Amino acid sequence: MSEARAAAPFEPKVVAYCCTYCAYTAGDLAGSMRLEYAPNVRVVKILCTGKIDAVLLLRALEDGADAVYVAGCALGDCHFQEGNLRAIQTVAHAKKLLAEIGLEPERLEFFHVPASAGPLFAQRANEMTDRARRLGPNPLRSTARQPAGGKLARQPDPHPPLPPAKHGKLVHHTE
Amino acid sequence: MIVAKRKPLEQIEAMLEGFNKILIVGCGTCVAVCMAGGEKEVELLAAELRMRSKLQGRPRTIDEMTVTRQCDKEYLDQLAKHVADYDVILSTGCGAGVQFLAERYDDKIVLPALNTLFIGVAEGPGIWSQRCMACSECILDQTGGICPMTLCAKNLLNGPCGGTNHGKCEVDGQKDCAWTLIYRRLEKLGRLDLLEKIQPPKDYGAMTKPGRFTHEAFQQAEQHEE
Amino acid sequence: MVAALRDAFAQKEFVVTAEIGPPKGTDISDLIQHVELLKDKVDGLNVTDNQSSVMRISSLAICRVILDHGGEPILQLTCRDRNRLALQSELLSAAVLGVHNVLCLTGDYVSVGDHPQAKPVFDLDSVQLLQTVGLLNQGKDLSGSDLQGKTDFFAGAVVTPEADPIEPQLAKFRKKIAAGAKFIQTQAIYDLDNFQRFMEQARKHDVKIMAGVVLLVSAGMARYMNKNVPGIFVPDKLVEEMAQAPKGKGIEAGIAIAGRMIRQLRDEKLCDGVHIMAIGKEGRVPDILEAAQ
Repeated sequence: MSEARAAAPFEPKVVAYCCTYCAYTAGDLAGSMRLEYAPNVRVVKILCTGKIDAVLLLRALEDGADAVYVAGCALGDCHFQEGNLRAIQTVAHAKKLLAEIGLEPERLEFFHVPASAGPLFAQRANEMTDRARRLGPNPLRSTARQPAGGKLARQPDPHPPLPPAKHGKLVHHTE
Repeated sequence: MIVAKRKPLEQIEAMLEGFNKILIVGCGTCVAVCMAGGEKEVELLAAELRMRSKLQGRPRTIDEMTVTRQCDKEYLDQLAKHVADYDVILSTGCGAGVQFLAERYDDKIVLPALNTLFIGVAEGPGIWSQRCMACSECILDQTGGICPMTLCAKNLLNGPCGGTNHGKCEVDGQKDCAWTLIYRRLEKLGRLDLLEKIQPPKDYGAMTKPGRFTHEAFQQAEQHEE
Repeated sequence: MVAALRDAFAQKEFVVTAEIGPPKGTDISDLIQHVELLKDKVDGLNVTDNQSSVMRISSLAICRVILDHGGEPILQLTCRDRNRLALQSELLSAAVLGVHNVLCLTGDYVSVGDHPQAKPVFDLDSVQLLQTVGLLNQGKDLSGSDLQGKTDFFAGAVVTPEADPIEPQLAKFRKKIAAGAKFIQTQAIYDLDNFQRFMEQARKHDVKIMAGVVLLVSAGMARYMNKNVPGIFVPDKLVEEMAQAPKGKGIEAGIAIAGRMIRQLRDEKLCDGVHIMAIGKEGRVPDILEAAQ
């Protein structure tokens, strides 16, 4: 099975965290406009890019994504005032963390994608897919907790996604 | 609160050299507020370390547990049923927490993931500054609520010195001269008369380390037992 | 043999002191030359104490050297390097070695000097140090113990007349006098109008005021001090005067300026004396005194 995979050209897996009000809307528009863009991109809809923290970005890469990007509103247009500003800072910080860890910071990016910018949405999707292709597969693919097929077969995470501070709970990572 | 910051990853890696089963123990109080060692930061550190070790082809077990505080025995007790499974405990508590943890589990290697900095306040998101150095003899009533021990580089009690420069300190031009601040505050409060009093030399004996303090209510209890 | 500094203040209308900076090392041959040159021309010689936080021979040792050569030394004592035990001990040592004038200073921070990683002490500040001198003069130390033999120090302090803001500086000035300062040497002044305004405040107190005069050697030095030294302001017209000097003759212009200022301070009785600081150019101090005639 792995030999077959090695023979086929590498197809990157790209995760895009898109904010509801701008980037995801642009994605919808791209769909209505029947624009074609790389099918490698998995869009994750979040309310606002301000919610992004470094762990989310690192998790995506730890789980085998070859590139991750955060798409948010244009400066001054964030529905929640400063969410995109925070996201820009978070992405910049996470890039430094990636360098420390030993991954290429270029695997991570932030883009402004206004709600009306359907074509830009498609462009960025292609851009990051090409970038991931150029950088090559994420070395962490082999140790990712999900099977490389992309099907969500991970075991239920004992660590809840949006936890209140749950102290005294041991988080055990099964590999 | 106590403000700390996480040690550089390289330093933490060097400490963990040779250990394969690591438990990161977080603290939900001061270091969570200053975003150095709370549950989220523990999650991040664990992810960073795991990804590092996977990339280097030597996977390690890195688990996480955050307790409410590491400076209280009742919370440290919660770790008892888990510690045996790990080679080493990496604590993201402040220096006090790390030591208390190490004392409680004194047959385990306990390592500090943070550098503890000072008692401080949040000036804004992610910006902390020192306000108190626990000098054991608070004179904030006489200085308009501004501490010269902490904010004056020379901890002068009768300031300013000759190096004060347009309200800035000679040591660091970015920092305010504490005594100029004190003057302005007392002026605003109409209490400049406080400045005419000569502050006597400080009793540094009160700060002899390590400090120890028993609350009055509990002192009586001790006597009672005798 | 020069009279004691306090006697000079009692007997003369205008007292002049200069400054000696000990070297970093044990070769004091140049220093002795300067002492010999100046000892009879001035009423007192300050000896700096690890000035600018640069490690040098201690002030006390050089004060003794000055006494050996017949001069009148003024011990400068800062709070940066010594805790209250060492400060009191140093004062007793000074008294025993014949030094009776002490200038009490807080001291620059360690970061500005050549040992920036040193642990700064600052156990006392200049006001508390003045109080301590007062206690020793009464035969007691800071712990309340009686001394076997008391000191007889003539204590002084410093003030920065052009500090901005001035009010905190004046508040501290009042505290220093309340703590026992009998003479004050000011930070360098160049604007006599500003200085007169300061003197209006200072004259309310029973203390001798000596204006600080720093010898300018170039326009560059004047500009540097304006930019970097707190509380020193060289007016534009003096910077101009320095800039006009022919190349290599900057110091002559500086000497003329210093001489002029001292003459005016003395003739107009603006204060009780001057303290001349000519760091590195101690040999030219006699020229300044001459220019002030």
